[in-house]
Amino acid sequence: MTELIRLSAAELGAAIASGETSAVEATQAYLDRIEAVDGEIHAFLHVAAEKALEQARAVDARRAAGEELGPLAGVPVAHKDVFTTKDMPTTAASKILEGWQPPYDATVTERLRDAGLVILGKTNMDEFAMGSSTENSAYGPTRNPWNTERIPGGSSGGSSAAVAAFEAPLATGTDTGGSIRQPAAVCGLVGVKPTYGSSSRYGLIAFASSLDTPGPFARNVLDAALLHEAFSGHDPRDSTSVDAPVPPVVEAARRADVSGMRIGMVKELSGEGYQPGVLQRFTEAVELLESLGAKVVEVSCPSFTTALAAYYLIAPSECSSNLARFDAMRYGLRVGDDGTRSAEEVMSLTRAQGFGPEVKRRIILGTYALSSGYYDAYYGSAQQVRTLIKRDFDAAFEHVDVLISPTTPTTAFPLGERTDDPMAMYLADLCTIPTNLAGNAALSVPCGLAPEDDLPVGLQVMAPALADDRAYQVGAAVEAALRDRWGGDLLSRCSYAV
Amino acid sequence: MGSAVTSNHSATGGAPALVPYDEVLRGYEPVLGLETHVELGTRSKMFCSCATTFGAEPNTQVCPVCLALPGALPVVNGKAVESAIRLGLALNCSIAEWCRFARKNYFYPDMPKNYQISQYDEPLCYDGHLDVTVDTPDGPREFRIGIERVHMEEDTGKTSHVGGATGRIHGADYSIVDYNRAGIPLLEIVTKPIEHTGELAPLVARAYVTELRDLVRALGISDVRMEEGSLRCDVNVSLMPRGSTEWGTRTETKNVNSLRSVERAVRHEIERQGGVLAAGGRVVQETRHFQENTGTTVAGRSKEEAQDYRYFPDPDLVPVAPDRAWVEQLRAGLPELPAAKRRRVKAEWNLTDKELRDLVNADAIDLVEQTVAAGAPPAEARKWWLNELSRRATEKGTELAELPITPAQVARVVALVAEGALTNKLARQVVDGVLAGEGEPDEVVEARGLRVVNDDSALGEAVDQAIAANADVAEKVRNGKIAAVGALVGAVMKATRGQADAGRARQLILERLGVQG
Repeated sequence: MTELIRLSAAELGAAIASGETSAVEATQAYLDRIEAVDGEIHAFLHVAAEKALEQARAVDARRAAGEELGPLAGVPVAHKDVFTTKDMPTTAASKILEGWQPPYDATVTERLRDAGLVILGKTNMDEFAMGSSTENSAYGPTRNPWNTERIPGGSSGGSSAAVAAFEAPLATGTDTGGSIRQPAAVCGLVGVKPTYGSSSRYGLIAFASSLDTPGPFARNVLDAALLHEAFSGHDPRDSTSVDAPVPPVVEAARRADVSGMRIGMVKELSGEGYQPGVLQRFTEAVELLESLGAKVVEVSCPSFTTALAAYYLIAPSECSSNLARFDAMRYGLRVGDDGTRSAEEVMSLTRAQGFGPEVKRRIILGTYALSSGYYDAYYGSAQQVRTLIKRDFDAAFEHVDVLISPTTPTTAFPLGERTDDPMAMYLADLCTIPTNLAGNAALSVPCGLAPEDDLPVGLQVMAPALADDRAYQVGAAVEAALRDRWGGDLLSRCSYAV
Repeated sequence: MGSAVTSNHSATGGAPALVPYDEVLRGYEPVLGLETHVELGTRSKMFCSCATTFGAEPNTQVCPVCLALPGALPVVNGKAVESAIRLGLALNCSIAEWCRFARKNYFYPDMPKNYQISQYDEPLCYDGHLDVTVDTPDGPREFRIGIERVHMEEDTGKTSHVGGATGRIHGADYSIVDYNRAGIPLLEIVTKPIEHTGELAPLVARAYVTELRDLVRALGISDVRMEEGSLRCDVNVSLMPRGSTEWGTRTETKNVNSLRSVERAVRHEIERQGGVLAAGGRVVQETRHFQENTGTTVAGRSKEEAQDYRYFPDPDLVPVAPDRAWVEQLRAGLPELPAAKRRRVKAEWNLTDKELRDLVNADAIDLVEQTVAAGAPPAEARKWWLNELSRRATEKGTELAELPITPAQVARVVALVAEGALTNKLARQVVDGVLAGEGEPDEVVEARGLRVVNDDSALGEAVDQAIAANADVAEKVRNGKIAAVGALVGAVMKATRGQADAGRARQLILERLGVQG
């Protein structure tokens, strides 16, 4: 069992393809692991043991029948509970959707099923993907496998914890303001926010439509690229889906070469307020890149300092409208429908009970920002800031191939530390938000442990829209060099490593 | 409570008396605005591929998108965009090079997303006009109605209130929602303020909606059945004191669903607002509902406490940027529009103003034109549709176009009369047969044995018998009293049970009697 779950997704896929092992064995190994550790970690909201084995048997049967299958066929995957799955519940970690079983699969779900990946279950998250610690889940927090008193990041914290605790080789997440990169960074994983529109949002329960981006979690860059490739590409069911070929991310992950590349360090994304150990590991990563033949320069993106403020107008505005559909009429929770109350009263009671405090905070914020008389000052200005941030990226990418920064200002913070301080919580996404506002791609790759707390630090690599492969190429080079230096993966130092 | 409160109460509670229409018009100039919703006849919905068939079992034409299940996303129906652009072009609008959908946020149980996807400050079509004609005692008068915009949006579901006396939400035991209609594509056509129509305001409003309906029909983008709600009007009315340049407060009367109701609603609002103003009150800006049975309007929710819709561009949809070449192609492909068609048939068929108006009022131009195209002379085609068939339609309480007879069938009847195979009287019986579903005109003639007896030998026999049986009359005719021949013709017609060609019978009788007719 340990042998199987230690394998990378690429290796496991190859072992299944060669007949060394089977999809059923691999799935069973991961189900056993979940059984063993998830009581402590709480990465999963729903484990679909029977269905997973059923799917695994089907993949093995397809293989036995001689069908050509993709590189990840038979490899298990965990889905963030924000993607609809037609054979298991989907809640977005909210009470308002408790027990809801969608009648349809998200495009991401469907494509991974078609590629033969086996769904282990649904992972915990901040309610409706609003948060940076997974503490906003209505079903209790998830713990960081590196230190179970710490947060696993958020909003996709269940996915990051599951992969870091070897409960899944791969997981999906969504990144609206950093919800893949930040949990990947604090759990010592690779996490990618693809170019907006290059991975379909169909079946992704919306938080902020213009920002939400599905992406992969993996233990290494190549695995992330394989998963990325398996679910990306144009989807006619998502109007904002880009009709362009998926960038050659797998090829880039294998190339792992930065010689001659021009890399920009974003001046505005470091310095005061950043944890010293984070800055130390970041500086070392810069030196490493130079030693690998890259030319690193400092680049200024002045608008990035206003990104957080703009984000906290745009995302809540969109969510206030997106979450209006949770009204007790057609699905999910219904409170107070005793035959004496009007539909409006039932809606109101249901929303009052069904949504958690952070969700309500953002709905109220967004409703206010969109109100007549405030629209121009808030939503309108935020959109202008967005344009400025795009311009900063465009200007920077005229001189450099990619931009880099720490993924997060700090390592994983203690559970409960920021739950009463939304502003402190929001700062966790300081470095990741500009990419969401501009719609381009970014990857987080581990670059060491912060000396002061022995917790993982992530290096963020930002690439232009539809040049996701560049981020993979740089990430893979850093990963390879550090693996040589450390004599293995960073994750092998985690107490949950196998 | 002081007396001021009491008098105030009577001003709002008990409605002031209506003021006679003409009297209001002496003091005020009505200003109108019309918002018309047209349900498009696309096969699928605005943002998903669900069918749009009217009258299907409730909640059978739904999917994750139009039920707003979590995670579902809208995708624009290209055919609906095409229909909108074609209507915009026909209304002489400019077509936006780039525009977006916006979300109109408000909670209502029949609106699945609790926002409606519509267009806000960036409509697809804007700044056009439509010319309409109104008949007055001094002859036809033309008005140019400015079109502010044409935009795309989606319909809501349909709520029915069960229990209670009124069928309205108050007093109902419960309500049920059918989402089949949710997501049906709508076009909203908004006029600019319509001024300077004076006492003709109700007629202008009606003429505008009629013209718009005909335009939509000519374009083939909707079947515009008002009774099924596929064309619905909101009527805005305000009164401006004569000599003033400032508009009065307007009311919006919702869901006025027939041409006649449009006219009545405008007229009633003019009288009602006139009454309010005459009593020293002020018109409240509010939504009102038209009551078909009384022809009056009643207050709905007040706009002064109306909700804030918090419009913002829908981030789920990319902007609509119609390719210019495509727009020009659509323009070139527009069919002949109703106004041009009226001008053309008036000239081609040599019609007087009145004759044209009769055709327009009977909604018979297309029918007549198709009958002419099938070979009938215009005058004959017109006569059949405007007289005989209009009468049948009125009897059956249906529209002319709904009668179960085709222009080709009418043309065939006309041809049979022209070649002498039918008399007008027989022709009407043939039409009866066709309307009764007995088949094509020729089949009815055959089955009912209606063919005119114009075979000279058969007719000759009847003529001989008539002369023999009425020797005295025959003698009078021989002596030059030709008018008396009618009695002999009558006898022939009686003998042939009306199937003889009376003209031919007359001719034969005169020949037999050696008299020049």
